[in-house]
Amino acid sequence: MNTDTHAAHADDHHHDEGHAHGSLSTYMLGFVLSVVLTAIPFWLVMSGALPSKQVTALVIMAFAVVQIVVHMIYFLHMNTRSENGWSMMALIFTIVMVVIALSGSLWVMNHLNSNMMPIHQMTGMK
Amino acid sequence: MSPDLLKLIFGRLGLESLPLHEPIVVGTFVVVALGGAALLGGLTYFRLWGYLWREWFTTVDHKRIGIMYMILGIVMLLRGFADALMMRGQQALAFGGSEGYLNAHHYDQVFTAHGVIMIFFVAMPLVTGLMNYVVPLQIGARDVSFPFLNNFSFWMTVGGAVLVMASLFIGEFARTGWLAYPPLSNIGYSPDVGVDYYIWALQVAGVGTTLSGINLICTIVKLRCPGMSMMKMPVFTWTSLCTNVLIVASFPVLTVVLALLSLDRYVGTNFFTNDFGGSPMMYVNLIWIWGHPEVYILVLPAFGIFSEVTSTFSGKRLFGYTSMVYATVVITILSYLVWLHHFFTMGSGASVNSFFGITTMIISIPTGAKMFNWLFTMYRGRIRYELPMMWTIAFMLTFVIGGMTGVLLAVPPADFVLHNSLFLIAHFHNVIIGGVVFGAFAGITYWFPKAFGFRLDPFWGKLSFWFWVSGFYLAFMPLYVLGLMGVTRRLRVFDDPSLQIWFVIAAIGAGLVALGIGCMLVQFAVSFLRREQLKDVTGDPWDARTLEWATSSPPPDYNFAFTPVVHDNDAWWDMKKRGYQRPLTGFRPIHMPSSTGTGIILAGLATAMGFGLIWYIWWLAAASFIAMLAVGIGHTFNYHRDFDIPVDDVVRTEDSRTKLLAGAK
Amino acid sequence: MTVTVNPAQTGAPVFYVVDEHPHPEGWSTSLGFWIYLMSDCLIFAILFATFGVLGGSYAAGPAPKDLFDLPLVALNTSMLLLSSITYGFAMLTMQQNRIGQTQMWLAITGLFGAAFIGIELTEFAHMIHEGAAPQRSAFLSAFFTLVGTHGLHVTCGLIWLVTLMVQVFKFGLIEANRRRLMCLSMFWHFLDVVWIGVFTFVYLLGVLR
Repeated sequence: MNTDTHAAHADDHHHDEGHAHGSLSTYMLGFVLSVVLTAIPFWLVMSGALPSKQVTALVIMAFAVVQIVVHMIYFLHMNTRSENGWSMMALIFTIVMVVIALSGSLWVMNHLNSNMMPIHQMTGMK
Repeated sequence: MSPDLLKLIFGRLGLESLPLHEPIVVGTFVVVALGGAALLGGLTYFRLWGYLWREWFTTVDHKRIGIMYMILGIVMLLRGFADALMMRGQQALAFGGSEGYLNAHHYDQVFTAHGVIMIFFVAMPLVTGLMNYVVPLQIGARDVSFPFLNNFSFWMTVGGAVLVMASLFIGEFARTGWLAYPPLSNIGYSPDVGVDYYIWALQVAGVGTTLSGINLICTIVKLRCPGMSMMKMPVFTWTSLCTNVLIVASFPVLTVVLALLSLDRYVGTNFFTNDFGGSPMMYVNLIWIWGHPEVYILVLPAFGIFSEVTSTFSGKRLFGYTSMVYATVVITILSYLVWLHHFFTMGSGASVNSFFGITTMIISIPTGAKMFNWLFTMYRGRIRYELPMMWTIAFMLTFVIGGMTGVLLAVPPADFVLHNSLFLIAHFHNVIIGGVVFGAFAGITYWFPKAFGFRLDPFWGKLSFWFWVSGFYLAFMPLYVLGLMGVTRRLRVFDDPSLQIWFVIAAIGAGLVALGIGCMLVQFAVSFLRREQLKDVTGDPWDARTLEWATSSPPPDYNFAFTPVVHDNDAWWDMKKRGYQRPLTGFRPIHMPSSTGTGIILAGLATAMGFGLIWYIWWLAAASFIAMLAVGIGHTFNYHRDFDIPVDDVVRTEDSRTKLLAGAK
Repeated sequence: MTVTVNPAQTGAPVFYVVDEHPHPEGWSTSLGFWIYLMSDCLIFAILFATFGVLGGSYAAGPAPKDLFDLPLVALNTSMLLLSSITYGFAMLTMQQNRIGQTQMWLAITGLFGAAFIGIELTEFAHMIHEGAAPQRSAFLSAFFTLVGTHGLHVTCGLIWLVTLMVQVFKFGLIEANRRRLMCLSMFWHFLDVVWIGVFTFVYLLGVLR
């Protein structure tokens, strides 16, 4: 048990600033990727290349998600090791919270509007 | 002077803003002014200002900041409780054509102020104070992660409290209920300063709360002493961690909601208005995304306190430590999935309501697991009925009742009947008083000897306990009955004379609680006078189990001369059992953060900015904002924020403790 | 810190650290700052939720299609992206202790940031001039608040950037300043991440609507 504490403790104090650094190549790679990932959605919307608006919307949302991941990895240097995994834990928790708050609000308010907007009731009564 | 110039200087603040036409307020003002003058005069006469400034106001010591939070909470409790007494009195009197003694304008402010003060400026400071004091000691740390930020957070909370108190004598407070629902809180229906006081008091205090949440998370994650893995942390530290996670994840929501409301009021945007596509219901939705986690922010630390107290006074290891931890974590997550149960009646429909009804009912499972853990901890224990344990037992009985009525309210069809009735009022007072307030009192009596070196007088404590508990039941059980009979909340006058008897009983209950509070104040005074008899020289008056009891009472500035090494959940119990010898030599200088006045100055400026915004005194708001920026940036140019406690001081402190301990044997 | 008493020799359990070295300054800073960013992230999440709920309430006023100028938004996005990579260069040169180059990249980052703010303000002014002020409809209230809050964050970042440049100039690339530059870098890249959400959900999806 004592050696355990010893080892755990030494680990605790291993210094890496708790934060990974990037290099020129990773920064450049991240930059090029994000330029591409930004340009394509803009082009899709401005040119109307895809016939369906719904498909376009889904595609650009997918691009946004990918680009966010790219930024997290290449610019914010997220990994599972920094701060003994606490940074990643905080990030995952926050994402869960964001999803709950966003989707929950949209869901609740959407149902509320469809139930309570007088317009629907009146059209139904006709 | 021309009216334009006056308006430029004073905004909408004028002589008519002072509530001179309200005799009750004027009377209160006279009493407060005399008391305040006496206090300030006393401080000046005894030359205590320098001492207070150096040792308390500018301190970065988590223990002193914790104590100041507790004082703030208790002072504000007196104000919040005065509001409660006024409401109970009004409702007991206003029958049979009587208007009572409070007019509608005043009464509406009273119930709003009561709610706001009790949640934000009583429960929050008490909970934060206990966490601030206890957590670093429990994890064997010297201070929190960001000591300056801790000081700043505290003073921001005080700034919010100052704004609420100012509204009593300068202008008025909101008349909207404690969550200030629009459209009532919009500028069209509340054009006066009340809602602005509400907004800025909560914004200023909210900054403090969020920062203190970040601070305590970091403290728990980064500053645990060697050997203390996550699953060896005391349960109070665990619940504190979860509470602070909740704070950091929910207070930003409150900040945004209030910011949007203030944009509606100040700029004329249309978020929560009835026109131009705004949706007042969006406010209700958003504020409860914050509001429900807030409930757990308050009660989780209380659960931690009860866990510590139960195992200490049963003389046993806590039953089911792991399940306790998981229950806490599950409650933390689930508390984000239930917010809609506060507005089942809004009309989101059956599917939405059933989802949130079911998640709400699920929360009772981990909570119930905790209850059984406490019961099994007591089972076959050698229970000592000291005051903290008495509060814990009272909590267990009371909270179960509150929890069960909560499950009733979680059923959407039942909620359609009980929504906004006095049944709801009885329910949440049942859990907040039974859980949070009893928890805070258990914590105060439990850790008081640690903080001050002497125990609290048990006679006055027990008197206070019985007044509180009996008063609570007398005050709130009638409200359940009234709620079932269909009486809604926030009513000022009543027509049905058959209801009066219930309100009279409730008022008597409130009177008993008042006696309980009085006894508690007497208890503090008596304990101070009898401090020699009640002295604790061992540092461990309750034969307790966790690390904070390993050091002296009160602990030295540096908490522990040598950082402890932990091998067991109940670290101090383990140390006692395995023949721990207190080190007497080999002391070293100890690196500590230095005091700074920046926190109180920044918070003072923030409060002034809030005041300027409330009264449309734009120059004051702008000037304080710029000054805040300047002071804040200036502070970052100070790179020397630490010092070393010289080894001689450490030796002197530790030697005096050695003498004390020898005398005790 | 290390435990110097070897438990194997004495046999007694170790209950305290004899040879203690305090945690270095800034031991908790990067985690603390990250948690702060997470709370900021929730601020934006709620603003996005508000925009999501109210974004279609035009109140018979202008809709995104009538207002948004996508080429301008693309230009603005590129400003922010460029500022991200230049901040990255500042961090790289900081690691190599090249103080002059660090300052230069910081200055360039600041210029891109300022350009971003300038373009955004122009856009806002243009919209208000056309009668699409925040007061016009719930959609516009939500739009101005969400985009404006992001802009306000960038402005704070700029003030912070200037402060740090002064501090680096005065005190050099000392440990404390490196830590601060790293925090600002997290802040800056975080704002870029938020902007991805803004241009996708507000501008692009708005025009598609």
